[in-house]
Amino acid sequence: MRFMYIVTSPKPNMGPTPELLGAMHKLADREIKAGRMLDSGGLMPIKTGARIRIADGKLSVIDGPFVEAKEVVGGYAIFDLRDKEEAVAMAKEFMQLHLDHMPGWEGTCELRAFASPPQ
Amino acid sequence: MTDADIHRTILAVWRIEQPRLITGLSRMLRDVPLAEDLTQEALLAALEHWSTTGVPEKPGAWLMAVAKRRALDHLRRGRMLAEKHEAIARDMVEEQQAMPDLDSALDDDIGDELLRLIFTACHPLVSREARAALALRMICGLTTDEIARAFLVPEATVAQRIVRAKRTLSESGLNYETPRGEELSQRLASVFEVVYLIFNEGYTAARGEEWLRPQLCHEALRMGRVLASIAPREPEAHGLLALMELNASRGAARIDQAGDPILLMDQNRARWDQLQIRRGMLALSRARELGGARGFYALQAAIIACHAEAATPDATDWRRICELYAELASRVASPVIELNRAVAVGMAEGPVAALAMVDALAGEPALESYHLLPCVRGDLLHKLRRYDEARVAFEAAAGLAGNRREQELMRRRAAEAARAATSS
Repeated sequence: MRFMYIVTSPKPNMGPTPELLGAMHKLADREIKAGRMLDSGGLMPIKTGARIRIADGKLSVIDGPFVEAKEVVGGYAIFDLRDKEEAVAMAKEFMQLHLDHMPGWEGTCELRAFASPPQ
Repeated sequence: MTDADIHRTILAVWRIEQPRLITGLSRMLRDVPLAEDLTQEALLAALEHWSTTGVPEKPGAWLMAVAKRRALDHLRRGRMLAEKHEAIARDMVEEQQAMPDLDSALDDDIGDELLRLIFTACHPLVSREARAALALRMICGLTTDEIARAFLVPEATVAQRIVRAKRTLSESGLNYETPRGEELSQRLASVFEVVYLIFNEGYTAARGEEWLRPQLCHEALRMGRVLASIAPREPEAHGLLALMELNASRGAARIDQAGDPILLMDQNRARWDQLQIRRGMLALSRARELGGARGFYALQAAIIACHAEAATPDATDWRRICELYAELASRVASPVIELNRAVAVGMAEGPVAALAMVDALAGEPALESYHLLPCVRGDLLHKLRRYDEARVAFEAAAGLAGNRREQELMRRRAAEAARAATSS
């Protein structure tokens, strides 16, 4: 099963500490070599982005930063794992690295299974 | 949470930690089979403790600490055996004192260690079945019970295969070594063979429990990715990965809602997994860049790639597929490859040329009980409007097919031919 991991945080301006970066790199290296991690990436601050929205039948473009944003996506990863239990165990290990190497950081790692192609 | 939930959670956590655990242990002990034993012991300990205490905050460190304690006990018991062990035991005591930073030192680079693990599990001295079982257990962390169910053999048989294989490796002194030079490519071939065997066991699903079969494909793909990332200069590692990714990309389109197989040319191509196709194409181009375009796996991947790249069945480049099959046949003499080549020739040049090739295969002992031979023959005869002969061929194919669904498909084709015979 393929899973998408999305990491969000209310404190987007806090870049990862060097210790956290090192620990995440090590985990990623292990998981790529173990054949489980397919892809991953960190995202630049929201001021580099834009939102293209449809509301009331109209399309609008809003450039970042977005003042109303409470939680900001900081990065993602795609894993190929057996089941949800494995996916949760993996996410816990990933988040534990934040707890250990970046005191004070708060955030969420949401994981979702990929839809299989439509019937 | 029920006991079964807790059990599943613990197994999942253990599987996440298993690669680091077994590679770390085999580096410490310089003995892969022993490292595997201790990894299993750590799992048993976790099942026993975590069922009551819950999963600890750092399960990896917990498991490693348990495994190391067991390793130390083991080495102390066997101290008289060898000086090597004593030295390791001393190192370990020192390392133990240098905790807690130890396990981060252990997973510095699991690549070399994983490769060693794979080479040990897939040693040609061990039978093919045992190699597959060892690989699934040591590299993928499958339990003996899961392996048994996937291969449709009793659990005791798998357990015995594993024990015997580990003993063979230990007694031959092959418990910790990495082949080099000329031996390397020979040994890699043995590894690829096992990985592809596991993949095919899952992909063709000739018999048995259906839900476990995709699991085998998944594990084989994982091992393929492991090989491509830790042996990146080996073209066939990428060729094999490409072949498996491209084949697996059709997984969802291969069966209908009732679970019946859908033939390649009838599949809904919108259901092919494009991400997986891209990964497969990437691996194939990597194999070619490394000079491996004519490799056994790369050639097969190239054939599948022709299908993956065709937006509609009509767009399939059958001439190119014929060329690739001809090249494959010139490298490996195999009646199965020849039969597949006949199918491609049938599409590129028409059924007459293909039927001649198929009929030439009639006496092949290797195809004697292979249902796809009469199946292909029936298909060609049907296209040539020789419906009575087609019906007989499909009936023969139904009699040889290994699983119920394929039998049904063959019977349906036979009935179609019979109807066509009466209306023509």
